[in-house]
Amino acid sequence: MIRSISILGGQGRRGAPDAFERIDLHMGQVVSIVGPTGSGKTTLINDIELFAGGDTPSGRHVLINDEPAPVEYRYNPAKNPIALITQHTTFLSDLPVRQFLLTHSKVRTGGSESPQMMMDAIEFANKLTGEPIDLDNRMTELSGGQTRALLIADATVICSTPVVLLDEVENAGIHRTKAVQLLREFRKIFIFVTHDPRIALLSDFRIVMQGGRVTQVLSTSEEERGVSAHVNRLDDALSALREKLRMGHRLNAGELQEVA
Amino acid sequence: MRVVICAGPATTGKTSVVRHTAKKLLHAGHKVAFVKLDVQYADEDEILAEELKIPTRKVYSGELCPDHCNVMVLGDAMQWAEQHGCDVLIVETAGLCLRCSPYVEGGLGIVVLEATSGMNLPLKVGPMLSLADVAVVTKIDRISQAEREVFRSRIQDVAPNVRVREVNALHGIGIDPLVNEVLETPEVNGPMFLRGNPPVGTCTICVGKKEIGWQSHFGVVRALENQVFYRGE
Repeated sequence: MIRSISILGGQGRRGAPDAFERIDLHMGQVVSIVGPTGSGKTTLINDIELFAGGDTPSGRHVLINDEPAPVEYRYNPAKNPIALITQHTTFLSDLPVRQFLLTHSKVRTGGSESPQMMMDAIEFANKLTGEPIDLDNRMTELSGGQTRALLIADATVICSTPVVLLDEVENAGIHRTKAVQLLREFRKIFIFVTHDPRIALLSDFRIVMQGGRVTQVLSTSEEERGVSAHVNRLDDALSALREKLRMGHRLNAGELQEVA
Repeated sequence: MRVVICAGPATTGKTSVVRHTAKKLLHAGHKVAFVKLDVQYADEDEILAEELKIPTRKVYSGELCPDHCNVMVLGDAMQWAEQHGCDVLIVETAGLCLRCSPYVEGGLGIVVLEATSGMNLPLKVGPMLSLADVAVVTKIDRISQAEREVFRSRIQDVAPNVRVREVNALHGIGIDPLVNEVLETPEVNGPMFLRGNPPVGTCTICVGKKEIGWQSHFGVVRALENQVFYRGE
C-alpha cells in the first residue's frame, strides 16, 4: 500500500543543488511542477518514474513510504505503482488498439487479457477526444489528441496505479477540463508538469524549477485559491469559445462579455 | 576471467550499454578488456580505448559469419585479455544472422533491443534473444510507458526466462543491475562451448550452387509450404 512518495534533493545541470532537502507527497494530493521550457521539469518526473536512487544525472533519490523503492518495481511492470503519461503524441507500436490494450491489461493484472478493461479504457479515452478512437485503428495512425487520450485512459483504467505523472496534459488537444475532472474522481497522487494556471492553482503545492534545479516549493495560498476561481471562469469561457469554433459556429459581438 | 557477450541488431545502442557498464566496472576496481566483432567496419574499439583507457581490439569477420568468427577467436581473445591483466572480457558482436546465438556456456549473454523497433522485433530475432541471459531494452525515453510495458511483455512471450532490463543508454540510467549481472557471472574455467544448438551446418549455396528452388538443392531443404518458428534449439 503506498501512502507517500518522497523526493530527496539532488542537483541541477551545472551542479547547483536543489533548494530543498525533502518533499513529501501524500495519497490524495495534487502537485504541480512549473518552470520555463528546458528548466528540468521532465527530468524531475523521470527521476520519480525511475525511482531514482542517486543513479540519474540529477543525483536525486525517490522514496516510497520512507524507503527506497523495492527493485521489483523496476523489473516487474505489473507491480509498478507509477503511471507516467509522457508528452508523446505518437505511438511507435505497430499494433491495433485492441491488441495493445488487451496485452497491457494482461501485463497489469498479471493474469489474462481483460476485454472489460479494454472496453472501459476505450470508453474513457473517447470522453476526451474529438473524433472517437476505434478499437481496430492501428496505434500508429491515431492523431496527437487521440494518442494522449488513450495514454490517459490506459494509465487510469488499465494501470490503475496509486501515482500518476502527467507531462503537459494541456498540450494534448483533448478536453483538458474534463480530463482533470475525470481524473480527480480517483484517489491518487497526481503530479502535473504544467504551464497551465488552472492546473497549477488546483494543486496543493507547486514545485518551481529553473536551470535543471528546484528553486522553490510553494503551497497554494488562500489568496491564490481566490484567484483560482476567476481563472476557472476565464478558462471555461475560452473552452466554450474553442468548442464553438471547432463545431463550425460563428461568434457574436457579445462573446466573453461575462468574463471580460 | 568473466566473459560477457553482447549482441543485438545494428544501431540499438550496444556500444553505449557496453560503455556505461565498463565504466562502472572500472570504477569498482575491475580490469576490463573489449573486443568488437564486425563484418567489415567498426571503430567502437578505438572510441572505447580512447575514452576508457582499456585494452581493446577489433576483429573483422569478413567472409565468415560473425558468430562463426566469434567461436574462432574467442579463445585467443581470452588469452589476450589475460595477458593485459584483465578480469572481465566484453565482446560486442554484429549479430547479423538470426539463426545462431553468439553466447557461450558459463558466460553472460546480453542482447540489446531498442524499444522503438516495433512490437514484433522480439519475434524476429530468434536465438539471439531466446538464448540470452539478459535482454537490455534501450531508447525507452522515446516511447510511452504503456508501450514499454507491452514491449517487455512481447519479449517475455518469446523468452520467458530472459531477464529484461530497461536502460537509458544515452544517460547511463539503469546500468547498475547490468553491472551486478556481470559480477554475478562465474569465472570461465576450462574449455568453452557455444550455447544452444547451431543451425544446419552445410549449405549448398555456400558451396556454390546458385540455382533457385529447393529441387536443385540437397541436405536440408525448405519449400514455401513448410514454415517453422525458429528458436535456435
